[in-house]
Amino acid sequence: MRLGLIAVPVAFFAVFFAYPVAAIVARGLKADGVWQFGRLRDVLGQSDIQHVLWFTTWQALASTALTLLAALPGAYVFARFDFPGKQLLRAVVTVPFVLPTVVVGTAFLALVGRGGLLDELWGVRLDTTVWAILLAHVFFNYAVVVRTVGGLWSQLDPRQEEAARMLGASRLTAWRTVTLPALGPAVAAAALMVFLFTFTSFGVVQILGGPTFSTLEVEIYRQTSEIFDLSTAAVLTIIQFLAVGAILAVHAWTVRRRESTLRLVDAAVTARRPRGAGQWTLLAGVLVVIVVLLLLPLAVLVQRSLDAPAFGYYRALTSADGGVFLVAPIEAIGNSLQYAVVATLIAVLIGSLAAAALTRRDAGRFVRGFDALLMLPLGVSAVTVGFGFLIALDEPPLDLRSTWILVPLAQALVGVPFVVRTMLPVLRAVDQRLREAAAVLGASPWRVWREVDLPLVRRALLIAAGFAFAVSLGEFGATVFIARPDNPTLPVAVARLLGRAGELNYGQAMALSTVLMVVCAVALLVLERLRTDRTGEF
Amino acid sequence: MAHGPQSLLSLEGATVRFGGWAALDGVDLDVAEHEIVCVLGPSGSGKSTLLRAVAGLQPLDGGRVLLDGRDQAGVPAHKRGVGLMFQDHQLFPQRDVGGNVAFGARMHGASKGEQTERVRELLDLVGLPGAARRAVASLSGGEQQRVALARALAPRPRLLMLDEPLGQLDRSLRERLVVELRELFGRLGTTVLAVTHDQGEAFALADRVVVMRDGRIAQTGTPLQVWQRPVDEFVARFLGFENVVEGTVVGEAADTPWGKLPVGEGSVQGTRTLLVRPAGVRLVAADAGLRCTVAARTFKGTHVAVRLQPEDAPRLEAACALRDAPEVGDEVGVEFDAAEIVVLGGGQRP
Repeated sequence: MRLGLIAVPVAFFAVFFAYPVAAIVARGLKADGVWQFGRLRDVLGQSDIQHVLWFTTWQALASTALTLLAALPGAYVFARFDFPGKQLLRAVVTVPFVLPTVVVGTAFLALVGRGGLLDELWGVRLDTTVWAILLAHVFFNYAVVVRTVGGLWSQLDPRQEEAARMLGASRLTAWRTVTLPALGPAVAAAALMVFLFTFTSFGVVQILGGPTFSTLEVEIYRQTSEIFDLSTAAVLTIIQFLAVGAILAVHAWTVRRRESTLRLVDAAVTARRPRGAGQWTLLAGVLVVIVVLLLLPLAVLVQRSLDAPAFGYYRALTSADGGVFLVAPIEAIGNSLQYAVVATLIAVLIGSLAAAALTRRDAGRFVRGFDALLMLPLGVSAVTVGFGFLIALDEPPLDLRSTWILVPLAQALVGVPFVVRTMLPVLRAVDQRLREAAAVLGASPWRVWREVDLPLVRRALLIAAGFAFAVSLGEFGATVFIARPDNPTLPVAVARLLGRAGELNYGQAMALSTVLMVVCAVALLVLERLRTDRTGEF
Repeated sequence: MAHGPQSLLSLEGATVRFGGWAALDGVDLDVAEHEIVCVLGPSGSGKSTLLRAVAGLQPLDGGRVLLDGRDQAGVPAHKRGVGLMFQDHQLFPQRDVGGNVAFGARMHGASKGEQTERVRELLDLVGLPGAARRAVASLSGGEQQRVALARALAPRPRLLMLDEPLGQLDRSLRERLVVELRELFGRLGTTVLAVTHDQGEAFALADRVVVMRDGRIAQTGTPLQVWQRPVDEFVARFLGFENVVEGTVVGEAADTPWGKLPVGEGSVQGTRTLLVRPAGVRLVAADAGLRCTVAARTFKGTHVAVRLQPEDAPRLEAACALRDAPEVGDEVGVEFDAAEIVVLGGGQRP
């Protein structure tokens, strides 16, 4: 039964992940049919590569710490407080996460770079410092923490904390000794995601890093597409692979240690109006952070897209005359939505099967190892995945290069870890005896999942689907390699427009980014609406 | 022990180990059809593990579980056809009362109409008519217990198992429900295997009581047998008896720290453990019998429990009528009643 559950995800990952990655590594490290492992030592010995490794690591650590610092109060506010506009704000907070990295880079450049908003107002420039990168990383990952941690937090029974307070714990002690340990796995999962994203950060560093700052991913991209040194790129890919594997191993270990059964309650009963000056101040503080950190860059983006008279940039999107594409840029919207829907379906199916298999308490070593394996697509360079798809899936029996399914497959690959990460903490928190009660009443393991787990994790499932959808919409690194010129996705179209000189192209990129932002916001709002409708059942 | 073709459930040397510790240690048990068996024991004695092993939720490390004579090894929980009512009910929070009760019938492929009919029938049976649309969260503890019972009964299990069925309810409700349960099971002819740590509950519910200790069965018998002749000091103390003492039985008297106690004709001779029921400790004038000081008295409703401190012997508990009860600090004499003294471990000489 367990093997049955896990067979589908395993096959999926073998064919669409392991095989392409192996292909590109072989192409890089194999010369004339002979493995050239000496290359590993050569590349690692270079001082500029060592510098890249060091910078990649510390900026990821710093970004993760800053993101937790900024977003944990937000997670609390969204989980425990009820205030007007909460749903809208929750969707707004998620928007940055789905924006193409290049757009975020550009938006921050417009905010803190030369001639940017801060430069105009106070003469402050951050684009030559690492702060621009760190801030952009917080901007990106705020939603990861709010959604992953806040999702669980909103379902923790507040009476647990009350029980601790009746036993003499102060408000802070109660939080530290009761809530924090319960949130542990979710915080760890969120921190891990943020660390991985920032460790493999590409677009942001590419634009804001200048010549000084470079992550492994940027270096891999540079070696692949600028220097065409495929073997160095392959070596760097292996290094990144190993580093990510090590992080994931540590994570799997901590999660296993902290796994616990929580008392989950309906999120609707745990949130209430803020009371007292302290709570209102906290809410206000979180709102200020959201406005300054998340909304301001987006506002600058929108403002730039409207810089031409009479929506000039937007009107330009509807014509193919620009010569950048074979079709009007506006068609990228339709392409992106179709791809994202298909990718979401695949990711949710594969991710749910994997999460269900991983939830079983008797899960053996093999299954737990699979837990870590699932996260690898996040850590491996998206550029590598895209390039690997191109060179591995181009001959029978897997000649998918000319089919449209290639793009959703690559996007689903990146989406599955989100689905698994989001669903696992909640699935693991479902009381095992509820499942046993259903089994004794005659429910087969499959029925138990459908009747007990699914209704309880429906919220998590919807959140996971939202994540997968958002990731698919914003996916850039892999898609840029495999999207056909006549069927570009939104981020690919934006990048191509940005790559062209000229104010019109720049303005169109801003306009198209704004469209992408709006599409994401609308999709997420629909999701939020769906969520509240369903909570009535609980 | 009723071991035969009529046994609905048989455990043969059932063993479950957690690490090095045996939660169930070679347990043999038979439950006949229509019988109500109650497993009684302190927490950690392996009662719940016993139920989980029968339900198929806990794999055995040794021995067999047979239902209707068929070995259940390899049969998953959902195909065993037994019902289990969980200790804290484990009602499905996302379903209403009707959804919970109908669950088993639905799993067994009953039609919508049949389900509705069954839900109505069972809610009537457990005394919650018309509650089908209520949310589980809105139920009181007693109501939840009734819903859990209805849910467990709905698929017509051949064996119904109850894990601390009345554990979390208040005393008066528990006493009322236990009578209702026994009446209900008798009427339906349900075969029941229940576990509890509450002897009152076990005695009121069961045809047969099984006392467990450290994963083994310490004693089996009707409630009356177990109550009258506990097999050893553990069972006696677990049943709430305090007056347990070592003594040497010679003829019809036993030499104990409390002096010579009269024992029944034909008692096993030699060094034995003796139980003196509180009712067998008669208070007399201070200058007669064993001299004691009253250390404490507890009002028990029908009688008063008096704790007596002899000069140099273990404390004694006596039961006496309210108007005869001495005050704390009073000096009293004690005499013993042979009918209320039990020689443990073997009882009568054959």
